Amino acid sequence: MGTKGINNRRKFFKASAAIIGGSIAMSIMKPFELMAQKKDESENIETDKLPLWGMGVDIERCVGCGKCAEACKIENDVPKEPFYFRTWVEQYTVKKDGEVKIESPNGGIGGLKQSVPDDDIFKSFMVPKLCNHCTNAPCVQACPVGATYISPEGVVLVDDSYCIGCSYCIQACPYGARFMNPFTKVADKCTFCYHRISDGLQPACVEVCPTDARIFGDLHDKKSDLVKFLQKNPTEVLKPHLNTKSRVFYNGLSSEVR
Amino acid sequence: MEEHFQHLYQALSQVDGYIYPNEIDLHWGLMIVLYPYITGLVAGAFILASLERVFHVKVLKPTYGIALLTALAFLAVATMPLVSHLQHPLRSYEIFMTPNSTSAMAIFGFVYLWYLMAVLLLEIWFDYRRDFVIWSKTSTGFKKIFYKLITLGINDTDEKSAKLDDRLGYFITVVGIPSAFLLHGYVGFIFGSIKANPWWSTVLMPIIFLFSAMVSGVALVMLIYMVVSWIRKVEIDMKCLDTIAKYLFYILLIDFVLESLDQIHRIYEAEESFDIIKVLVNGKLYITLVLMQWGIGTWIPLGVIGLFQFYKPSEKIKKAAYFIVGIFVLVGIFFMRWNIVIGGQLFSKSLSGFTTFTAVYSGMEGYLMAAVWLIIPLFILAFLLWLMPPWKKISYQE
Ligand code: SF4
Ligand code: SF4
Repeated sequence: MGTKGINNRRKFFKASAAIIGGSIAMSIMKPFELMAQKKDESENIETDKLPLWGMGVDIERCVGCGKCAEACKIENDVPKEPFYFRTWVEQYTVKKDGEVKIESPNGGIGGLKQSVPDDDIFKSFMVPKLCNHCTNAPCVQACPVGATYISPEGVVLVDDSYCIGCSYCIQACPYGARFMNPFTKVADKCTFCYHRISDGLQPACVEVCPTDARIFGDLHDKKSDLVKFLQKNPTEVLKPHLNTKSRVFYNGLSSEVR
Repeated sequence: MEEHFQHLYQALSQVDGYIYPNEIDLHWGLMIVLYPYITGLVAGAFILASLERVFHVKVLKPTYGIALLTALAFLAVATMPLVSHLQHPLRSYEIFMTPNSTSAMAIFGFVYLWYLMAVLLLEIWFDYRRDFVIWSKTSTGFKKIFYKLITLGINDTDEKSAKLDDRLGYFITVVGIPSAFLLHGYVGFIFGSIKANPWWSTVLMPIIFLFSAMVSGVALVMLIYMVVSWIRKVEIDMKCLDTIAKYLFYILLIDFVLESLDQIHRIYEAEESFDIIKVLVNGKLYITLVLMQWGIGTWIPLGVIGLFQFYKPSEKIKKAAYFIVGIFVLVGIFFMRWNIVIGGQLFSKSLSGFTTFTAVYSGMEGYLMAAVWLIIPLFILAFLLWLMPPWKKISYQE
């Protein structure tokens, strides 16, 4: 019995070694890939022939009417409660004593009103916010199942049928651009109105903006309004130190903006 | 749904300063506090067991089996809080089917499986195989069937086979130590790699998690050893207890030094996020961080065990003190997880304001459910101890 038993055990051990080996390959090798951002899987599609969508925001033009945030909710079935926004507008007020007050009641829908008395104001401005469609998107990096991805045209999207609802992407987004949709129970965010832009239309927020504070366009197209906007104005992205390589560019961005 | 919205409206009214509108809904609650807590207990218990095995720390022998079974009992439920918190729990298998290789959370799934299957189960199996064979001959009913099946038909009990088991088990323990490190280091990385959150994003996070895991695991095994001895009405081996307490002291000290280093680094560099973190620590986190985590969970235990290195009270007092210290440490580490997971979401990524966390009692994310996830492993452990009592092993001497 002795040798037979030991032989059996060898077999068992060999089988487990195979399982162990497999798991090692999975669990030890995988982490090393983490060292780098994953290469864009759509690399072999000829991306230069496709548009590369981006947006410009002209802070000097924005009057804080909140029409964009409202249009977005209607266009994209965003829950109407004030905790879910694909885009919103922030009002910054720098007081004479240096204090900065930021407000965005209901995301600016219905129009932003100044709550600080005129005499105390040093300066005030509005900042529309949305997903920045980061080139190095932390949300895409973090999603455990790959439900969040970058489309070949550079739009960061969520696959509703795939998202497991772990909220990791929401934690990973530095801009608060994502929310957990309470009805679909998946992560939700701005898509640049992907359904509209694919048909040659403008995103809803751009379409309704009465002052043309939002400029949407193709970064590959040298004649597009967006490229012209970038040429004419000194622009900056939000939180550049995080190296997300955002594709939403702001003109007139003040250092108070977070 | 209405209830959820009510909850959010209430949170909205309590916002202090400015937070991004999407941040009112706190996405990670109690379940995500439990997840690193339970995983940490597993890693810590296992590392204690491995110390005995690999470094031949003979005095720890009475806790070896208990530590392994504790690790298994907690590992069995470790992913449950995580899965139950998902909005689409039925899709969770996708983490294994189509993992995203750049995601720390996806890789954790594999590390977990590897650790459970390849390390813990195998180690326990090699450790018990010979006893299973022997027990299968002397027991009846369910136990007999279980022992028979679990031997997988390998029935030799001679010295040679016992040596082989021992060698293979040893080998697995050696592989197991870095695996346990990996398991919990990785949990730390899930938080430490989020650059969006300055409270989480520190390179020390995996190592802090690791040491705090060891602290909690060692404390847990110490408590369980005491309780099991009381229930079995056997003398607690004081030498063993003293040694565990001493380990607890040193690991807790390292853990505290690491965390202080992290804090000092933050204070000295005083980056953009420092102002808000300062307010966070002195305000919303004061009770859970300063009082619970540092006071109850660190300073008192350090003080008490430290004192015992010089002043030797009676065994009775010592036992009582160790028991209380063990509980304090477990509470402290729970709040450490709390402070990271909840604390990290209390301030806005706009660094301009705070929200509040209001826990609920019922529901999948509530206190009751959390208690359930902490109690189930104790039942599993009781069952395991009944099924495979380490003190009935032939190699066990009290
Ligand atoms: S802004 Fe946030 S959601 Fe949008 S791509 Fe960047 S990280 Fe992702
Ligand atoms: S919530 Fe969905 S999209 Fe976000 S990380 Fe989890 S699985 Fe990915």
